Amino acid sequence: MSNIPSELKYATSHEWVRVDSDGIATVGISEHAQGLLGDMVFVELPDVDDSISVGDDVAVAESVKAASDIYAPVSGTVVAINEALEDAPELLNSDAFGEGWLFQVKLDDVSELENLLDAEGYKNSIDED
Amino acid sequence: MTNKTVLHAKHLASGAKMVDFFGWDMPINYGSQIEEHHAVRTDAGMFDVSHMTIVDVQGADAKTFLRRLVINDVAKLATPGKALYTGMLNEEGGVIDDLIIYFFSDTDYRLVVNSATRVKDLAWMTKQSTGFDITITERPEFGMLAVQGPEAKAKVAKLLTAEQIEAVEGMKPFFGVQVGDLFIATTGYTGEDGYEIIVPNSSAEDFWQKLLDEGVVPCGLGARDTLRLEAGMNLYGLDMDETVSPLAANMAWTISWEPTDRDFIGRDVLTAQKAAGDQPKLVGLVLEEKGVLRSHQVVVTEFGNGEITSGTFSPTLGHSVALARVPRSVKVGDTVEVEMRKKLIKVQVTKPSFVRNGKKVF
Repeated sequence: MSNIPSELKYATSHEWVRVDSDGIATVGISEHAQGLLGDMVFVELPDVDDSISVGDDVAVAESVKAASDIYAPVSGTVVAINEALEDAPELLNSDAFGEGWLFQVKLDDVSELENLLDAEGYKNSIDED
Repeated sequence: MTNKTVLHAKHLASGAKMVDFFGWDMPINYGSQIEEHHAVRTDAGMFDVSHMTIVDVQGADAKTFLRRLVINDVAKLATPGKALYTGMLNEEGGVIDDLIIYFFSDTDYRLVVNSATRVKDLAWMTKQSTGFDITITERPEFGMLAVQGPEAKAKVAKLLTAEQIEAVEGMKPFFGVQVGDLFIATTGYTGEDGYEIIVPNSSAEDFWQKLLDEGVVPCGLGARDTLRLEAGMNLYGLDMDETVSPLAANMAWTISWEPTDRDFIGRDVLTAQKAAGDQPKLVGLVLEEKGVLRSHQVVVTEFGNGEITSGTFSPTLGHSVALARVPRSVKVGDTVEVEMRKKLIKVQVTKPSFVRNGKKVF
């Protein structure tokens, strides 16, 4: 079974969120999601300084199989994007929770995180699929 | 009820991700379809194609029957072992299936047809065989492997007997020969050098394992699709089906119009279509920017709309390519637009072939 780190928060649409102490959240897609999509060939990311809201389609992960929208799991301002993915989209496959991160957001409202799932909740949501 | 090929256990042992392929439980990849793709372009990969249907057509009327059944003319086959790619049409001129025919003698031919169309192909052939002195025999007692890539032949040679090596030495493309237990053919679906090999079920696993031991990379249906698409080879069900004329599917080259008195099924319809010049055509599309062209996307041209029949990311080229059916007036070199994710994206029209022997060809 795929790995679901317990220190992360998750959306049912398969994004993960890691919150640093300074209110910056790093966003990626889960190992389970990359497994469903297969070999990644292109990743489209938002621009730095973009203002994003929960549920916006802000990025696209395109694999050999399909193009898949990635939705903002939190609201805020994009402060960094993972430029390494431009040349190495396969990082999403090889290290979904690490080097395959997508972008970082300065959160508008930290309490929004409470709407996300914990690892166990995410695992249950996958099992229902 | 899901069918399993004779190599099913070997796929699981190699960690394959299995999917349902028209009733067959087949490997889609063994980890990374892109790495499998590159193995075939640069070294050697192998595919289990045992799900495909082998049909022997034999008897006094075998030649006459096949000259009626398919759009290419088996009378062109004079050298034993020579193969022919062609299509089998319905009365309306639509493609029932595409197939390869191996010639052994005027009374002995071997056909390899698609697995997804097996039932209707056999029913059609049986129906058309009325009045011909022939037998139509399926050969499920064999498995089939495709070993493809620049190093494929050298790696296969290590498994062959001296007699088999001598028989395949210098064999030209599109030939097949039965030597000992193996039927070895210089055919394939990747645009690379290599063999398709028919092997008795009883020795298939052993043969597969020996190829693994020689370093031949097992490849799934995912890589098979990107390889055939780069090579510009049609996939039945996507690029053509019973509603599509071979003239609209880049299969005109597989039609023998001469001699004019050969009455193959669909001939009258094709003759009228050719005279009218109104059939669309299958072209290649190339997108060098980000994004992947996909089946069923709409192609917008100044002569009207067309449709992508198959599209993919080309691992060899590093960008997307597609086959598309467009109005006949569209020319190679034109720029047309594809509707992708609610946006119109400009793409280049090319001949429907992108990579051969590891090299870009458009």
